[in-house]
Amino acid sequence: MLKVFLERLRQGYRTSAYPLEEPKLPDRLRGLPVIDQAKCASGCEAGIESCPTSALGMKDGKLELDLGRCLFCGECERTLPDGAVRFTPDHKLSARRREDLVLRGQELALAGALEGEMHRVLGRSLKLRQVSAGGCNACEADVNVLTTIVFDLGRFGIQIVASPRHADGILVTGPVTENMKLALEKTYAAVPSPKVVIAVGACAISGGPYIGHPEVHGGAPSVVPVDLFIPGCPPHPMTILDGLLRLMGKIERKRAAEVVE
Amino acid sequence: MSPAPLETRNAQAVPIADVPDLGDEEFRDAILTAVSLGSRVSALFGHPAGEGKLRLFCVLANDELGSLALLSRQVERRFMSLANDCPGVHLFEREIFEQWGVEPHGHPWLKPVRFQPPLVAAGARASQIGVANFFRVEGEEVHEVAVGPVHAGVIEPGHFRFQCHGEDVFHLEISLGYQHRGVERALAGGPDKRTIHYIETLAGDTTIGHAVAHCETLEALAGAEAPARAHAIRGIALELERLANHTGDLGALANDVGYLPTASYCGRLRGDFLNMTAAICGSRFGRGLVRPGGVAFDVEPARSAELQGRLARAMRDIRGATGLLWETPSVMARFEETGTVTRETCEKLGFVGVAARACGVGRDARQDFPLGMFRFSQVPVMTWHTGDVFARAFVRALEVESSGKFIDGQLKALPAGPVLAALPERAPDRIVATLVEGWRGEVCHVALTDERGRFSRYKVVDPSFHNWTGLALALRGQQISDFPLCNKSFNLSYCGHDL
Ligand code: SF4
Repeated sequence: MLKVFLERLRQGYRTSAYPLEEPKLPDRLRGLPVIDQAKCASGCEAGIESCPTSALGMKDGKLELDLGRCLFCGECERTLPDGAVRFTPDHKLSARRREDLVLRGQELALAGALEGEMHRVLGRSLKLRQVSAGGCNACEADVNVLTTIVFDLGRFGIQIVASPRHADGILVTGPVTENMKLALEKTYAAVPSPKVVIAVGACAISGGPYIGHPEVHGGAPSVVPVDLFIPGCPPHPMTILDGLLRLMGKIERKRAAEVVE
Repeated sequence: MSPAPLETRNAQAVPIADVPDLGDEEFRDAILTAVSLGSRVSALFGHPAGEGKLRLFCVLANDELGSLALLSRQVERRFMSLANDCPGVHLFEREIFEQWGVEPHGHPWLKPVRFQPPLVAAGARASQIGVANFFRVEGEEVHEVAVGPVHAGVIEPGHFRFQCHGEDVFHLEISLGYQHRGVERALAGGPDKRTIHYIETLAGDTTIGHAVAHCETLEALAGAEAPARAHAIRGIALELERLANHTGDLGALANDVGYLPTASYCGRLRGDFLNMTAAICGSRFGRGLVRPGGVAFDVEPARSAELQGRLARAMRDIRGATGLLWETPSVMARFEETGTVTRETCEKLGFVGVAARACGVGRDARQDFPLGMFRFSQVPVMTWHTGDVFARAFVRALEVESSGKFIDGQLKALPAGPVLAALPERAPDRIVATLVEGWRGEVCHVALTDERGRFSRYKVVDPSFHNWTGLALALRGQQISDFPLCNKSFNLSYCGHDL
């Protein structure tokens, strides 16, 4: 017993101070990409071909990057003219609308809180049922890690629950395989209304690396209505946490402050 | 006398034409003889050979000799099943039947593996997920418990059927396929710009293991070698992956028996190891790090020094966290003699990785078929003999120790030079089999190239493919309430199996 106490003392206090303090993230983290259209003057058409998921495109002579398809592989940093796309370690990536994820050089419209009655019911306590529908276990693992002492999801009133009947919504990972479609639909139907759907990772948003495969359905939006999109392959746990807190309106004020800047 | 299998080495490309093409009896005899002499089947798969024929390729691995052997056989509609004499191939044969509609005649039970659409239309059956002729124990007091595909935790989907008598499990049947995304089909014709991303997401928690196997495969086909510094960084990343996952598993095992101190320490420490991988390449899972010809990120001296400090602190903490497990009688009472798999079963069915080493079988590709840095820096093989949950936990803890030492050694003596080399063209009409010891066990990739050096077939065998049967057998005679604990002690991949 004494050993248990001694070890407890040695292991120390490990819960991160987020969101009061900014998280410490690795310098090489590929978070929010920044587009500089001017750098495309010398031609970006050739470089966009190298994108594995066609997340890059040219529209009206402008470079577009779809965060919903992006694998954050960084390939375009190498193949496009220097500086046309640059990945920053900014972890804040979530959006409420699918079209907001398409970057053309504008500031990313980060997710806002649930509205009205939904916010009243779910803004302080959010119970989620996780459904992996073809996920590779990376998104799943970095959702799961939010329940550890480092992130301590419970302190925000968020909990992953065992049954859809106990849930306020589902958190979907994976491209939604044909073989999981029915199970996903049934799980969604089993959640009492009002309910939310959160798509975590490129697969769940768009199909990710499996876009176009006949064996998959192109992500959660192809099967259920999605309220929050959290990009990444997989998203950093801080990206996921940031998205969940924005949805609940817990860091909305900060977002507003950023918008004002 | 029939031609002998083609002897080869790990990650060595040989002309497909050199692989002996045997008759039905010869093929069968060659495999059974090799297995009786200590080899095991690492891969057995079909590849269309034109004119409605399918060519079966078999990769035999001899752990003791460190050699691989290749053989093949052309079949039309059916071939003689080996599953009754060599149970380790039962799932491979079911896979061949499902993918190509070619029947392994005499197979004890040809159930679907992934409920996937056939790779060729002709002769194959369509199947609907979860609809199969499941095994049933009949009797008045026997009942069936079915769980999944959606489970209670944050976990991938799979379907489990328990045949129970009260709390006792007679038999567990595991039915997978829910994660099938068509990866093998899509890999054929590559490599292209998506290939590395398919590889990195075959089993997302084994990104490095699969990416190293893939890149070694490509390098073998190109007749080139990654720079020494790249090999060292790949080795570091592979062992960090092992550290993170083993730590997570030890924590999860503690959690499943309600021992929360270790559960919470390991939950944090797993993240610390993932963050070290992120410090190298920006991704906690090592996405974007391993690339054909080397690695995409260097570990500069300052980064290396910082990593050494972080590693030392994490190793101290993990030792303290796991040490508590072995000293707590309530934990040991739940771990010991739960979910036992015998050494005999392990050898018969060809389990790999931690599951095999916990049965006292010293099977470890880092030692038996070393590639990259493991040719120069050996990692000792850790075994335990009891085959139970305790053994699988204890082997992990031992491996955590040795992985930590390996990483520290590599960081302190990184070879000088570049980390990435351009690869020449891939050789046409070659076959290469590559084994890498991922954290779960042997990752096997087999590539066949066409006349232009493109993949005409790319076969992936995740360690889980060999080991799922082990979990089913571990449950026999156990309490159904021990399932979570047994399951965690194997912690197998669904997506790696389902592809
Ligand atoms: S980082 Fe995203 S946009 Fe760039 S190439 Fe990779 S997937 Fe495409």
